[in-house]
Amino acid sequence: MTNKIVVDCSTGEVQEIALTAEEITEREAMAAEYAVQKAAEEAEAAAKAAAKESANAKLAALGLTAEEIAALTK
Amino acid sequence: MATTYTLISSVTVGSGGAANIEFTSIPATYTDLSVVFSIRCVRSSVVEPGMLRFNSSTSNYSLRRLNADGSTVASSAVSGETGMIFGDINGDTATSNTFGNGSIYIPNYTGSNFKSISTDVVVENNATESSQYLLAGLWSDTSAITTIRLYSRNSHNFKQYSTAYLYGISSS
Repeated sequence: MTNKIVVDCSTGEVQEIALTAEEITEREAMAAEYAVQKAAEEAEAAAKAAAKESANAKLAALGLTAEEIAALTK
Repeated sequence: MATTYTLISSVTVGSGGAANIEFTSIPATYTDLSVVFSIRCVRSSVVEPGMLRFNSSTSNYSLRRLNADGSTVASSAVSGETGMIFGDINGDTATSNTFGNGSIYIPNYTGSNFKSISTDVVVENNATESSQYLLAGLWSDTSAITTIRLYSRNSHNFKQYSTAYLYGISSS
């Protein structure tokens, strides 16, 4: 069981309390939402890297040297 | 200019870990608040976004952050979250026994204006990947702050020996 630590600043009392069902539901939703967001970010990054690699390959096929490609892309 | 710091309460997470840390019934007798923390969570990564929530409110948080991760530096704005990101804390693949450390400053927490915060946070890790945050945030709510919850963005528990200290700062 997951607990939270609650400090009552008016009394100094520190308690470990089990999360409510509502809090557990929220935590699960947040974790799921972030997993989706993270997957989207990783997919976007992968697509960007693939596009860059493809562009560099096409430039090389046109006869540009690696130094010339680097000069164009920096 | 704030001249005095008073420790209101402190917490050290025990062996069972904790889903979050909540300071409740915060007295309204100070001018500003400061939370100083050292936190590591169970996520299998070097970093994990740390978040806070005022008065159990799940809306009206926005921020602008300047952060670095060991290879890039970025500035970005975030809004629409159900809490305020205050910086990154350590995940469980960061160097053993290290923690994400930082402070959160909350001026005029009992006033009737919107509440601003500023944070300064670092992840400690003996490798290239790390995290540093300088952040300014706004909670667009006029309520006095009476409760502060610290938690992980992705619901990872805080590990044993994580600590949080709440200070009250008086202007005189």
